[in-house]
Amino acid sequence: MKICVTANGSGPEAAVDKRFGRCSHFVIVDPDTMESESMENNNSSASGGAGVRAAQDVIGKGVDVLITGNVGPNAFDLLSSADVDMRMSSSGSVLEAIEAYRSGLLDAINIANSPGKQNARRRQRGSG
Amino acid sequence: MKIAIASGKGGTGKTTVAVNLALAMGNAQLLDCDVEEPNCNLFLGFELEKYEDVTITIPELDPQKCTLCGRCVDFCQYNAVAKLPESIMFFPKLCHGCGGCALVCPEDAIMEKKRPIGRLEKGIDDRFNIELLQGTLDIGEPMASPVIKQLQTYIDQSTVAIIDSPPGTACPVIASVADMDFCLLVTEPTPFGLNDLSLAVEVIRQLDIPFGVVINRHGTGDGRVEEYCKKEKIPILMKIPYDREIAVLYSKGIPFVQEMPEWKENFRELCRNIHKFISYREVF
Repeated sequence: MKICVTANGSGPEAAVDKRFGRCSHFVIVDPDTMESESMENNNSSASGGAGVRAAQDVIGKGVDVLITGNVGPNAFDLLSSADVDMRMSSSGSVLEAIEAYRSGLLDAINIANSPGKQNARRRQRGSG
Repeated sequence: MKIAIASGKGGTGKTTVAVNLALAMGNAQLLDCDVEEPNCNLFLGFELEKYEDVTITIPELDPQKCTLCGRCVDFCQYNAVAKLPESIMFFPKLCHGCGGCALVCPEDAIMEKKRPIGRLEKGIDDRFNIELLQGTLDIGEPMASPVIKQLQTYIDQSTVAIIDSPPGTACPVIASVADMDFCLLVTEPTPFGLNDLSLAVEVIRQLDIPFGVVINRHGTGDGRVEEYCKKEKIPILMKIPYDREIAVLYSKGIPFVQEMPEWKENFRELCRNIHKFISYREVF
């Protein structure tokens, strides 16, 4: 099993980053062995579609569970079609998030809970 | 002659200047390029008629032919195409319609189809001989630039075309202003007005378009916009005072040149000055 936590640094001690597409790192942990792998998010400053890229990267790693704060609509569609179990956490460290998940304390993300770029645009006009 | 009316800040008076300028000139085209919320016609009340749809080209994938090679995904700079282990997923609202994915597909699995994103409308006023062309982006659509570009293909080169641009400094503004002979930047004499004016100036300089400033609601705020213009050697071509009569007319949706004849002459003078700037630039 592989759990991916969005974080603002590498390693299991890093703090959880509540942004999915624009987090700085993905920390992927095997909860059985507690071995972890950190992957930098190369798309955190993409002008658009950062969530789409990030979702592909996470899915490409064969992740079963994603722990993050906010998932936009495009990333949500991708992650759901790959049957990734999305769970919500936006504070504490990666390790604490994994513990909370194992104790069944993290709520599932069942709908996209961030507006993503398309809908946020009205507030800050002009792109495309 | 093509004149864009732009501003960094929203609500400084672009539409006021555009509409009054068009009415003062007569024999002009007015293009409402603020396609996210076109509002020139609030002050004109023309009967508008839709004459064209705006569409962008988006890909359609044939899953039978697709081998999941991922070249379309690598090509797309807007991340509109994504690869899953067993399928390709496409996000129409991220697509800019460039057609690159279809070109790079080695299996010819990508066809193109049209997706409507907005419409163009037109109204004509015989009294002043003004043609209003208005673009409207459909609700929920993110990309304004294709609507603006399509609208601008109807500019009549033989007349004066006045372009009411969207606020800001991003893509829709560039699309509105890039091809113009002159740009009027409308600002207000406040710290916000100055900040956003200076951003707009950077953009217009980059586009290498001659420009000047109109200060609206002159008499409020402070003198920093004028100091800035002086320092940057930017001509201030008009000052519209913070005036009760203008505000009352505005609140009734009446362009003030219609009730204040002296302003008709002021706007014509503005246009003559712009013409001088353009000619001067062509000589040197």
